[in-house]
Amino acid sequence: MRLDAILRVVVKLMLPFMLLFSLYVQFHGELGPGGGFQAGVIAAGMVILYALIFGVREAKRLVPQALVERLVPLGVLIYLGTGLVAMLLGGNYLDYSTLAHDSRHGQEYGIMAVELGVLITVSSSMLAIFYAFVERGR
Amino acid sequence: METFINAVLLTLLAAVTIAIARQRNLFGVVILAGIYSFLMASVLLVLDAVDVAMTEASVGAGVSTVFMLGALHLTRTLEQRPHYSAFVPLLVAVGVGAALIWGTIGLPPFGTPDAVIHKHVAPVYLADSLKDTLVPNVVTSTLASYRGYDTLGETTVVFTAAMGVMLLLRGRRRKGAGGDERAKSKGEQL
Repeated sequence: MRLDAILRVVVKLMLPFMLLFSLYVQFHGELGPGGGFQAGVIAAGMVILYALIFGVREAKRLVPQALVERLVPLGVLIYLGTGLVAMLLGGNYLDYSTLAHDSRHGQEYGIMAVELGVLITVSSSMLAIFYAFVERGR
Repeated sequence: METFINAVLLTLLAAVTIAIARQRNLFGVVILAGIYSFLMASVLLVLDAVDVAMTEASVGAGVSTVFMLGALHLTRTLEQRPHYSAFVPLLVAVGVGAALIWGTIGLPPFGTPDAVIHKHVAPVYLADSLKDTLVPNVVTSTLASYRGYDTLGETTVVFTAAMGVMLLLRGRRRKGAGGDERAKSKGEQL
């Protein structure tokens, strides 16, 4: 465990760029390829890589398991909630046009909210599955 | 050039598939499956489906390889030789493959713009996306807005998958109150 200095150094250098790339994919999703799903997987991949090199205990200190397992349903709730808010404001379910004074801006905000929900659920699901596997192996 | 790249990639895909089918060492299978995913991501890149290529590379080659290795950690690494002959499974596989190839005969030629799927709602989405949603990337506006229900369903599928794995792998641990309890129940299992 102590002899893998190259892996440790390289991974530590890579981690911030992975997180940055994940955020780029998330927020650049309306202009370029990608979106919540891809960004979520990349973010989860960052934590999994950290866990592989520095140990699961360290990773759980960084991203607690209890938090991850609460975030899994939260993303779906954000998605459902966006649809409900749109409906309460007088539109159809998941029709974001009513979310702002201008229907086009409403669509933009709605898409952002929905993508955030996808990001949260996907990244925390991947991490929850990873933690579940690792725990079982002990 | 594109045809050449595609031919090389598809040949490699076939080779990797045969290697996976012949391999008994499951660790080798997992690594080969990762290579398969990377090749598939390249194929999708050649097909200009960057989003799908990104997903295939990150999920197929990245995260699922780690999950498979995690599953391998819980089982043995060597696949048992089957005690039945491979004749019937081979027959089923060849039959299904033939049916699928037969099905493609009725499809419009590859990449044609006149295909039915490109004539239904796709032109409307392409023309109105920027006007309706201020989002220049049509893939994003289609997934999140025009087809919001489908993506809600997909997100729910991911959620359900996580719940299923957590119930299967974590469920029993909760009964034991502490570490000692767990060790005891593990001993009983063995």
